[in-house]
Amino acid sequence: MMNSEQKPILSVRNLKTYFFTDEGVVKAVDGADLDVESGKTLGIVGESGCGKTVTALSILRLVDRPGRIIDGEILLRVTGGEGRDHTIDLARLDDDCKEMRYIRGGEIALIFQEPMTSFSPVHTIGDQMIETIMLHRRVTAAEARERAIEMLRLVNISRPEDRIDEYSYQLSGGLRQRAMIATALSCDPRILIADEPTTALDVTTQAQILDLMRHLQQQNGMAVVLITHNLGVIAEMADQVAVMYLGRVVERGPVDDIFHDAKHPYTQALLRSIPSITSASKTLLPTITGSIPHPYSRPSGCPFHPRCRKYMRGTCNTADPTPVAVGADHEVSCFLYN
Amino acid sequence: MPEDTATEQLYEQEEEVSIAEERVSVATQWQLMWWRFRKHKLALVSAVVIILFYTVVVLADFLAYADPDYSESQRTLLRPQPIHLFDEGKLRPFVYALVGTRDPITFKRVYTVDTSKKIPVTLFAHGYSYRLLGLIKTDIHLLGVQGTKAEDALFLLGTDSQGRDMWSRLMRATRISMTIGLTSVALSLFLGILLGGISGYYGGVVDTVIQRVIELLRSIPTIPLWMGLAAGLPSNWDIVKVYFAITIIISLIGWTELARVVRGRFLSLREEDFVVAAEITGCSRLRIIFRHMVPSFLSHIIAATTLALPAMIISETSLSFLGLGLRPPAISWGVLLQQAQNVQTLAFSPWLLLPAIPVIIAVLAFNFLGDGLRDAADPYGI
Amino acid sequence: MLSYIVRRLLLAAVTIVAISILSFTIIQLPPGDYVTSYIAQMATSGSTVSEAEAANLRILYGLDQPIYVQYLKWMRLIAQGSFGMSMEWHRPVIDVIGDRIWLTIVVSLAAVILTWAIALPIGIYSAVRQYSIGDYVFTFIGFIGIAVPGFLLALILMYFGFVYFNANIGGLFSPAYLQAPWSLAKVQDLLKHLPLPAIIIGLSGTAQMIRIMRANLLDELRKPYVIAARARGLSRWRVILKYPVRVALNPFASTIGYLFPHVVSGSVIVSLVLSLPTVGPLLLRALVAQDMFLAGTIVLLLGILTVIGTLISDLILMWIDPRIRLGGQ
Repeated sequence: MMNSEQKPILSVRNLKTYFFTDEGVVKAVDGADLDVESGKTLGIVGESGCGKTVTALSILRLVDRPGRIIDGEILLRVTGGEGRDHTIDLARLDDDCKEMRYIRGGEIALIFQEPMTSFSPVHTIGDQMIETIMLHRRVTAAEARERAIEMLRLVNISRPEDRIDEYSYQLSGGLRQRAMIATALSCDPRILIADEPTTALDVTTQAQILDLMRHLQQQNGMAVVLITHNLGVIAEMADQVAVMYLGRVVERGPVDDIFHDAKHPYTQALLRSIPSITSASKTLLPTITGSIPHPYSRPSGCPFHPRCRKYMRGTCNTADPTPVAVGADHEVSCFLYN
Repeated sequence: MPEDTATEQLYEQEEEVSIAEERVSVATQWQLMWWRFRKHKLALVSAVVIILFYTVVVLADFLAYADPDYSESQRTLLRPQPIHLFDEGKLRPFVYALVGTRDPITFKRVYTVDTSKKIPVTLFAHGYSYRLLGLIKTDIHLLGVQGTKAEDALFLLGTDSQGRDMWSRLMRATRISMTIGLTSVALSLFLGILLGGISGYYGGVVDTVIQRVIELLRSIPTIPLWMGLAAGLPSNWDIVKVYFAITIIISLIGWTELARVVRGRFLSLREEDFVVAAEITGCSRLRIIFRHMVPSFLSHIIAATTLALPAMIISETSLSFLGLGLRPPAISWGVLLQQAQNVQTLAFSPWLLLPAIPVIIAVLAFNFLGDGLRDAADPYGI
Repeated sequence: MLSYIVRRLLLAAVTIVAISILSFTIIQLPPGDYVTSYIAQMATSGSTVSEAEAANLRILYGLDQPIYVQYLKWMRLIAQGSFGMSMEWHRPVIDVIGDRIWLTIVVSLAAVILTWAIALPIGIYSAVRQYSIGDYVFTFIGFIGIAVPGFLLALILMYFGFVYFNANIGGLFSPAYLQAPWSLAKVQDLLKHLPLPAIIIGLSGTAQMIRIMRANLLDELRKPYVIAARARGLSRWRVILKYPVRVALNPFASTIGYLFPHVVSGSVIVSLVLSLPTVGPLLLRALVAQDMFLAGTIVLLLGILTVIGTLISDLILMWIDPRIRLGGQ
């Protein structure tokens, strides 16, 4: 059980998103549990194909045919008037209903990995920003434009009054990502989900963008869900970490616990495989044996068991491990700790 | 050790995958194409249909039973005769005889079905003589009737306004229509590859000029042009000359599409690393084009050519329908359909419209086949 | 942008000149000339034409001079506004063509507009609801459009109309209005009869456009900016119509330049089958009779019509595609 002072503003419980294709069923997310607390950053880390992006899309109900959420709850805590809170289960809403559309961009914003292709090539940045603002706020076009310019300034884009009328191909990679962040934040969402926001950028720009995100988070007190495969970014930005493998959260906890006291064999293997400046030279870089199984032939039981050093035959390949508490706010799904 | 069995399983899996991968990686381009093509059920069916069509082309006279040019004014516009397979329980195909009586008012001979008289239909019967495959003289046909009397005749699809048997004419028409498309496409292909290749490979001014010419040709309405050109053919030319003239006319416009495809391919291939590598090693221009570039887009060309055929067939059919293309005594689908121009005539003799069916089927089949080939042409595509 | 317009205009002008030369060449192709066929015609009715008469006729019609002179004479006539005399009808060509050219324009325009109006929504629907029943139905109709040439379709429809509904679906007017002078009522009658021929003529083009729109939109729908737009809170259809459709519209619009020649071409044969009072039937007759000025003028007019139509569609394309407007990128 998670032990925290305040309740999380977003809780995902046992989320299952499956894709029903002609060749078979792909269990992209197969029972994920997550908690997002306001003002804090949750980092979701894992290899490509582990279901991180699908989780983010599922939260915003953007998964289309042939994919579908078949089980689980996505609980968003909404602050009602007079201090009364209630929770909405996003998984139960119709995916194109008014509430859901309000939540997208208004409560929860999502930014993508490739800023170039995230903007329409035939509309100006401003057009798209103003459209979003007017969708979520009762303002005039002029007011929306003012707000858009203000947001561009906030993300340190120079000459925002000019930039607002440009097309995405006219901006550099870093500027585009900033514009993307500006668009996402323009309606004051309480949660920002960033899916690999810096992977497509060079290291210097990466640092700048991360700084910006941290700064804005402090300013607004919003929660950030940072999805990445880069452990370095996680170490720098996250307060909580969730490690995903093949659609499941195998371990989650405070960032220090994860990095210094990882419990799950997969997390341990990941941390071991980071090249370190202090490791002995001319030694083999540790890797994880095997490779990610084909989506149509998932292993039975614990998804990691074929590659696990501590595999226990008879246990790990027959049953699914459930999350077990191993510390304050620290959970692991592994039979080693049952 | 417990790990071993898990990792063993893993290695087995990996081996399976790599065997399959290897099969794919050593397969030739054509094998890959064939595998992808096989998945396209519709294209496969179309390929079979087209093979059937060309079988008819080769065996046209064998499949016919009456001389396609033999007209009998007394037997105009007869209804199709259905073949009945069972005669009192035994498999003995037959048709009912037609009895001719003279209409007292118009004095024309009118034929009605006489159910009392059954004429047996035999396989491999003797009929008019022809040359099988242009070489072997024979008179065996697939079907025929035994009698030779005027009343004992077979008209599977009825007769036209001059008393000629529709089925036999349809067989001959298939031969002409399906081959005229081929020759037109061959010519278009030649022009298209030549001009498209030059345009794409050399670029610059040559490219611009050829592009403008292509644009010009594409913006001219084709039918009035064809009508004009076809009408300009001297009426005393024999069938063969007319045939080739029509071929040339049709392909004069058709080459632009192929040229576009070829040019596009050349332009994109020019930048490919393997072409640059070939240039660096000192290959001559010609060698680069034919040994290195052409194999890469050959499959696209095949697809584009197959897709160009239906347009040729429709063009020839349209022109002949108007009386401007092939003319009698040549027989093509268009020539046959000419008889169906008048709705009043059609109302009484709807079987005159039957040649429309092979046109539609052939066009559809070539379209599906071309689509399938085009999809398969990109073996490494999605 | 200006350079684009100028280039288009230049190309149009060159095309028209090329068409005029082609038209003229076509007419000169048949061996002999009008006088030869006139003599043949006279012969079938029993009378003969003397050598002297023939020579005089030739001089009268200017047929004794070299080709390029005849061509220039023709061009000069056109510049002066006269298209020459129809030798068969013995009236000025313009009179013989008369209303027909306007009706050809109306029918062609109707076919193009209908094609666009039908192909765009169906293409969008087919892409968004891929593999649905609607998609299959439209794909099937599309194949009919591709496989069945216009004139065959017209023929088949006429047949069914005649046999089962005892209706004559040909023609552009009810018998009452055919020869009547133009009035509002006649226009209404025309509008009533217009859809069917327009659809028949436009069907193959429509099928092609639907395929193009569907394919392009399917490509665009997979792109990240579509999901990004939905992630900002837009409803599904609003996203589709504003973003990927807008992008897919470019290649779609660029094909309309070739729609016009296709439609004008198709209308010629279909109007023969449906007995429409347009230029098509007249052209066929003129070609058979080797009526030089009439046939050449019709081919020229059809060519000009096509070029103007293509030019207009190029301008529309320019308006739609910001890249051309901004001159690059």
